[in-house]
Amino acid sequence: MTPGFDVVVVGAGPGGMAAAIAAEAGRRVCLLDDNAGPGGQIWRGYRAETAGKYPHGAGFRRWAERLQRSGCEVWMGWQAIDHPAPGLLRLERAGERRDVEFRNLIVATGARERFLPFPGWTLPGVMGVGGLHALVKGGLDARGKRVVLAGSGPLLLAVGAGLASAGARVEGIYEQAPLARLARLAISLLGQPGKLLEGARYRLRALGAAYRTGVWVVRAEGGGRVESVTLTDGRKQWRVECAWLGCGFNLVPNLELPRLLGCRIAEGFVAVDRMQQSSVPGVACVGELTGVGGLEKALVEGQIAGLAAAGRIAEALALEPRRRRLQQFAERLERAFALRAELRTLATAETLVCRCEDVSNAALEGCANWRAAKLHTRCGMGACQGRVCGAAAEFLFGWENTSARPPAFPAAVSTLAAGMDAFGLATESTNNGPHSEMPPASVFAD
Amino acid sequence: MSESCSITVNGKPMRMAAGASVAAAVMLAGEPCRFSVSGEARGPLCGMGICMECRATVDGVPHRRTCQLACAEGMEVVTG
Repeated sequence: MTPGFDVVVVGAGPGGMAAAIAAEAGRRVCLLDDNAGPGGQIWRGYRAETAGKYPHGAGFRRWAERLQRSGCEVWMGWQAIDHPAPGLLRLERAGERRDVEFRNLIVATGARERFLPFPGWTLPGVMGVGGLHALVKGGLDARGKRVVLAGSGPLLLAVGAGLASAGARVEGIYEQAPLARLARLAISLLGQPGKLLEGARYRLRALGAAYRTGVWVVRAEGGGRVESVTLTDGRKQWRVECAWLGCGFNLVPNLELPRLLGCRIAEGFVAVDRMQQSSVPGVACVGELTGVGGLEKALVEGQIAGLAAAGRIAEALALEPRRRRLQQFAERLERAFALRAELRTLATAETLVCRCEDVSNAALEGCANWRAAKLHTRCGMGACQGRVCGAAAEFLFGWENTSARPPAFPAAVSTLAAGMDAFGLATESTNNGPHSEMPPASVFAD
Repeated sequence: MSESCSITVNGKPMRMAAGASVAAAVMLAGEPCRFSVSGEARGPLCGMGICMECRATVDGVPHRRTCQLACAEGMEVVTG
């Protein structure tokens, strides 16, 4: 029998954990996530017992304990892959399929880093800024490693401080945005959530790492893995040796599931009303999906959506002023860290744009749009399904990717076949073993 | 993370903290995770399960995203 809930929450980061408080009002709630434990990216790998030692750890402990007390069911390791019928979500874990029914759905799938192609960006040792931090949080020993961080966004500072604390030698942190814009941001915040930035900057100064603005990466070089990075301030170029380069350009929302559900997207984010409701009845979206604003915004929006789903409208409305302030903060961040045009010229003709199908920049020239690029070059048709090159192509060429079709995430062939039962297309799924991470057959046709 | 476990990466024994990701073990072993369709060596990129660059064969199962997978005693990881 298909399990059913009043509220299903997809994504157990801060937004999803906060949304799960709908369970406190007696609603039957299920919180699910692809990861091994709740916390999302900012609280990645945190455990309630030891969280106090880590940045924002007290907040994690408070929400984790509240989640545990709420009576919410927590399903970890499950990936939402399809929305086969209204009120129904299809999930997969390690080759196993499960459907779940919902009355209300709260989507809190968060964001990923935007990666931009430059010569050498595919070398091992070149990672995202948050990517490198996640790996270090996941047990990668950073002690004594020479690290350069480059790109854009508040994450650079937070990760720089985190890596320095983990024992890395942070050779430099290079923000592409000009100082003047960041100074305006700092003034406009007047000690609001920007305190976080200041805190990170202070810690960095104490740890002796340089933070420079108006500087961006030109190329990475090395034999078989990254050994150095060349940077520029637009006038001169210089080289810095490093074992790891963390490079990411702000965050982009994970819109695959909202798109599949049919939620209206406006200017790159899910359009929502005051109660976080999307254009699809019964579907709310929270956190980075509605504007990249970080932890506080996700928590407030998650609570609003959770309260709304539980019918506690007055309490949800009481949070609205904070929500508005945090959304304005997100908009200010977006303006301050807007990407400079020079970043569009980093990739040479040979530089790969699509890392899954190894499609070069030159091969994409002459393509009119994202669809044409997919048809003619296979750009965006590999294992990541355009999650990396899609955001790059949008910035480089202005191509918008509006397509949405199941599966929302690579799934086992057996899972997909099982979904065809209703049409008599497949009787029994042919299970060839635990193809837990096996993308659709078409992805690996090579 | 005081407990630890032993795994192998391409036959090389590695001692990892309990709960450490397999991707971290592969990086510490100095191995690329996979080779791209044109033969480039690749390592982890996003660290959060979306880029698919860290795929490797774990205990005989191909295409595991090693950044989303915790090390477990006796695990055999084969890259490339």
